[in-house]
Amino acid sequence: MDLSVKLPGLNLKNPIIPASGCFGYGREFAEMYDLSLLGGIAIKSATPKERFGNPTPRIAETPMGMLNAIGLQNHGVDWIIENELPFLSQYDTEIIANIAGASEEDYLEVIEKMNDNPVVKAYELNISCPNVKHGGMGLGTSPDLAAEMTRRAKAAARKPVYVKLSPNVTDIVSIAKACEEAGADGLVMINTLLGMRMDLRTGKPLLANGTGGLSGPAIKPVGIRCVYQCAQAVHIPIIGVGGISNATDVVEYLYAGASAVEVGAANFVDPYVCPSIIAQLPAVLEKYGNSSVREAIGKGLRK
Amino acid sequence: MMQVNNAIIRSNENIGKDVYRMVLETSIASEVACGQFVQVQVPGFYLRRPISVSEVLDENHLVLVYKTVGEGTAALSEMKENEVVNLFGPLGTGFPVENRDVVLVGGGVGVPPLVETAKQYISNGNQVTAVLGFNTKADAILVERLKECGAKVVTASMDGSLGTKGTVMDAIKENGIEVPFVLACGPLPMLKAVASCYSCGYVSLEARMACGMGACMGCVVQDENGQAKRVCKDGPVFQIGKVVL
Repeated sequence: MDLSVKLPGLNLKNPIIPASGCFGYGREFAEMYDLSLLGGIAIKSATPKERFGNPTPRIAETPMGMLNAIGLQNHGVDWIIENELPFLSQYDTEIIANIAGASEEDYLEVIEKMNDNPVVKAYELNISCPNVKHGGMGLGTSPDLAAEMTRRAKAAARKPVYVKLSPNVTDIVSIAKACEEAGADGLVMINTLLGMRMDLRTGKPLLANGTGGLSGPAIKPVGIRCVYQCAQAVHIPIIGVGGISNATDVVEYLYAGASAVEVGAANFVDPYVCPSIIAQLPAVLEKYGNSSVREAIGKGLRK
Repeated sequence: MMQVNNAIIRSNENIGKDVYRMVLETSIASEVACGQFVQVQVPGFYLRRPISVSEVLDENHLVLVYKTVGEGTAALSEMKENEVVNLFGPLGTGFPVENRDVVLVGGGVGVPPLVETAKQYISNGNQVTAVLGFNTKADAILVERLKECGAKVVTASMDGSLGTKGTVMDAIKENGIEVPFVLACGPLPMLKAVASCYSCGYVSLEARMACGMGACMGCVVQDENGQAKRVCKDGPVFQIGKVVL
């Protein structure tokens, strides 16, 4: 069955992409399977300078999900270009660079440094990370700020720009439209939902950061709802993310209007989840009367 | 080579206050080095539980000794013989096996990985002294097992109900243990005390983890240069002085 999807900058052999922050730069998973099986890989957020991230504990389990507050830990864009992208270049899969920062200028600096790198096929602007004090979600919760960031990124970028949106907003559709008007080539949704747990022994929040981002199957209906609403309001492709664990989940997202999907927390539960989904996908698509991935995209949207 | 694999529970028995010993039949057993851990999928819970391997019985059987600290481990303790749990492992960087005498220092539920470690050192012909600390005698685990393996065992308890009254450090002093090479696993204050008294050795850390394989950066500690080290992949065992405790 034809699982391929063509999106701006991305020739995906299948619609399965491990989500940023859940896959590092692929090295650990490459010990377990051939990364060329994947449609693409959204690599861990790059910032201009090295970031250690938040104090630990950074992880807490929740019903059908988890909270994380990693805080964009990474070695900085120069190190990533020098050390990680050459490793990824050996695989036949589309690399999406997730870009983050504390200010608009940070995002532009990372983009400019990656513009000449042939391994990176597209950018994913992370204006939706809930775990940093500056930048992150702060840029993604207002249509005006999201549009301004998108406009400046598009002006700087020589690769397609996808904008990763936060669900922690009153009206995600207005932000999606603002990004489209500002020139975004595509949207990725959703980032994690802002959440919290308390430690009954200490009486304090369980995460050292206090709050964290909720992911896992618990958020799948929120992601599908966001994709469904935005797919009817914009004409650019949407990559769906949130709680995907199997091929059935993928088809739900495709029906809601996603053109591809990212798989996040499920990689922590089953390190083989992405190749498993790719293997299951043809049978699930066929079961519901689809002869390709493209045929399933947007099937559930009101006409 | 790490793998994902269904294991059959062969036994799951209470061996101390809130502590259980589970024997699992799994081909992963043949791959485990001392101090490594497995990620256990407890049915009904989302994330896996990282649990150190206490010992390897043969190429198809390993032993987990775990404490019920939350709902997941409580559910694990309710599981019965012949039920199946999914394992991911073996994971992490364990204790080095060097050809020298060693003092193993364990605190509470940090004792389990020292059993396989003791077996490895003893089978190499080295002398193993195990210093085990618990809150009370009721919390003591694996004391007899380590003796059976051939280790010389001394104990300490905070309330004095078992061995030296006080910490493992008090027991080391009281028993005049002067072996300079230490391998330790236990609560952070114990590891800090060990690291301040020994310059030569390794400590095994505990952390909340998600992936268990080095990808998510959920369980990092800082090394001596302020760089991040992953407890799950670079550790859980680190050389004394190489990480900030």
